[in-house]
Amino acid sequence: MQSHIQAVDVLVIGGGTAGPMAAVKAKEADPELRVLLLEKANVKRSGAISMGMDGLNNAVVPGYATPEQYVKEITIANDGIVNQKTIMAYARNSFSMIEELDRWGVKFEKDETGDYAMRKVHHMGTYVLPMPEGHDIKRVLYRRLKRARVSITNRLVATRLLIAADGSVAGAMAFDCRTGDFHVIRAKAVILSTGAAGRLGLPASGYLFGTYENPTNAGDGYSMAYHAGAELSGIECFQINPLIKDYNGPACAYVTGPLGGYTANSQGRRFIECDYWSGQMMMEFYRELEGGNGPVFLKLDHLADETINTIETILHTNERPSRGRFHKGRGTDYRKQMVEMHISEIGLCSGHSASGVWVNEHAETTVKGLYAAGDLACVPHNYMLGAFVYGKIAGESAARRCASAALADIDETQVELEQARVLGPLSRADGLPPSQVEYKLRRMVNDYLQPPKVTRKMEIGLARFEEIKANLDRLVARDPHELMRAMEVHAIRDCAELAARASLYRTESRWGLYHNRVDYPDRDDREWFVHVQVKKINGEMTCFKRPVDPYIINPDEHEMSAYQQLRIHENATVKTKTETDVAPV
Amino acid sequence: MPTAFTLTSLPVRINEDLCIADKGCSVCVDVCPLDVLAIDLTKGKAYMKFDECWYCMPCEKDCPTGAVTVDIPYLLR
Repeated sequence: MQSHIQAVDVLVIGGGTAGPMAAVKAKEADPELRVLLLEKANVKRSGAISMGMDGLNNAVVPGYATPEQYVKEITIANDGIVNQKTIMAYARNSFSMIEELDRWGVKFEKDETGDYAMRKVHHMGTYVLPMPEGHDIKRVLYRRLKRARVSITNRLVATRLLIAADGSVAGAMAFDCRTGDFHVIRAKAVILSTGAAGRLGLPASGYLFGTYENPTNAGDGYSMAYHAGAELSGIECFQINPLIKDYNGPACAYVTGPLGGYTANSQGRRFIECDYWSGQMMMEFYRELEGGNGPVFLKLDHLADETINTIETILHTNERPSRGRFHKGRGTDYRKQMVEMHISEIGLCSGHSASGVWVNEHAETTVKGLYAAGDLACVPHNYMLGAFVYGKIAGESAARRCASAALADIDETQVELEQARVLGPLSRADGLPPSQVEYKLRRMVNDYLQPPKVTRKMEIGLARFEEIKANLDRLVARDPHELMRAMEVHAIRDCAELAARASLYRTESRWGLYHNRVDYPDRDDREWFVHVQVKKINGEMTCFKRPVDPYIINPDEHEMSAYQQLRIHENATVKTKTETDVAPV
Repeated sequence: MPTAFTLTSLPVRINEDLCIADKGCSVCVDVCPLDVLAIDLTKGKAYMKFDECWYCMPCEKDCPTGAVTVDIPYLLR
C-alpha cells in the first residue's frame, strides 16, 4: 500500500448523474482547468442511473408549464419549506438542459410533430416526459467526459474533505478499494455529487444491498459534508417511496399512470387522486397498506394487451430492468394480476424528498469552495433532471472560483488522523465484520426511526447509535473491498444520527408520513415554518432553525392545501372543481 | 474472535464455457457498481466474490459473450 498526493483545480466526487455534468461544465467554462472526476465504482455504470432512466419527472417545457408554476407546485408539494430561489434556478434551466441532453444523444419521447410528448402526473401541472429509450444515458455522458478531456479515476472511495486554515475546502482524501492505497487530492474547489444516503434503513427483505437506491450510495457525501462543517437541511424530511414489494425497486406509477395504470387497494379501487410522490401521498399509501383494504397494488390488468406490451418494454429495459425477471419468477403477469406494492426503507435523498446538504442557487454549500449537486444537495424533489441542472451550475460556479482562488495549504494533522482512521480496519487481526455491524445498525434504524416517529423511540435509537459508534474502532477488514464496507458503516452511522437528531428537533408533524411525529401530530406553522439545519459545531452535532426566505412566487391560499386532499373520499361521486378547491382539510 | 463459514447462494452466475476472462476480458468486473465480481486467476474465469448485489445488470448487459446471468437474490425472490 502506498500514499499518493496530487493537485487539481476542480475535484468532483461522484460520477453518477450530477458529477459527470459538473465535470464537463467546469471544463467547458475553462478548458485550461485540471478537472478530476473521482468515482467509487466505474463512471461507465455508476450511480442511480447505471441502467438508464425511464422518464423525466420534472420537465419544465414551454407550452406545458412555466418556471413560476413549477416553483409553486414544489413549494406546495413540500409543505412550504423550500428555498424558492434554488427551485427557480432549476426550473429556469430545465428546458435548456433537456435540449442539450437531446443534442448529446439522450432520447426523449416525442409526438408525431417532433414535440416532446409531455404527460400529466403531478397534482396541478404537467411535468412528466417519458424516455422509453433512456437506457443509453450513461454512455452518452461518458462520451461527453472523454470529449471534454476530463480526468477520471475509478474505484477511489472518498472519506473526508480537507479543510484549510480559513475554513474553506482544500481537497479530499480517499482510498483505493482494490489496492488499499491512500490518496490525498488537493483542489481549489470540490463538488460533492455522491448521491443519496440509500443504505440507511434495512429493506423488508433483510438483504443489505436490496435497497431502493443504488446501495453504492451509502451516504458518504452527507458524512463528508457534515464533518467539513457544512450545514445540512431538511434531514427529518425522510425519503420513503412506494415500490414493488420484495423486489424493492420502483413500480413506476409515473410511467404507467399516463397509460392508464394506477395504484389500487386490495379491492382494485383507487384510493389516491394523484400518484405524484409527496409526504401526504405516502401517508395515504401507508394508511391503505396497514388498513383493512390493504395491501396496495399496481393495477394494470384492465389495460389492453398492446398498452401492457409498451409498459413492459419501458419498465423491463430501463432503470431497473430486472423487474421483469422478478415478476417472471413469481409468475406475475401484468395482464392477469395486480402487482403487490410496499413502502421503502427510509433514506436521505433530496432528489425524491428534501434531505440534503444546504445549497444556494449557485450550488454553493456553507463551506467556501465546496459545492453540492444531485440527490445529496437540498433542492427538494429535484430528480434526475435537477441533478443535471445543478451539476451544470456547480461546475460553472467551481470554474469561476478557480479564476481567483489559490490552492490552499494542507494541514498534515488532518491527513495523519484520516490515514489512521481509514487504514485501521486493515491493520486489525481481530474484530467486528463490517456486514454484521451494518446489519445491526440498519435494523436499529428501522426499529427506532421509521415513521410514525415516536420521541422516546428515537431517543433510544440515538443511544444505540452511540453504542455502535464505540464499535467502529473494532471494525476489521481482510482486504480493501471489505475496507470500503467498513468505511461505509461509518458514513451510515453518521446519517442515522443526523436523521434522529433532526427528527427530534422538529417538534411538529409535517410532510405526511416523512415526518409524522405521533406525539406532536399537528403541523405548527408558528414555530416550525423554518428549515431545520444540522451542523458540526465544536465537535457536536447541533440543530438550529434557518428562516424560510421570503417567497418569490406566492401560491394562492387554496392552492397551498392542494396536496393535503389526496385521498379519494368514500361515496365520492363526480367531484366538481369547486369542491376540490374548498374542501376542508 | 471465532468466525463461521456460512453457505450462501449467490445471484450472479458465470457460464465458464463462454467467459473469456482468460483472454484478458474483465468487463463485468469493471462495470459492477458494488465491485462484487472478480477473476479467479487459477481458472481464468469471472466469479461472484461478495454477496452484495443490487441485481442492476450492467455485468450481464455489457458482457461481450453472454456469459453472465443475474438472478434475483433468493431472499427477494
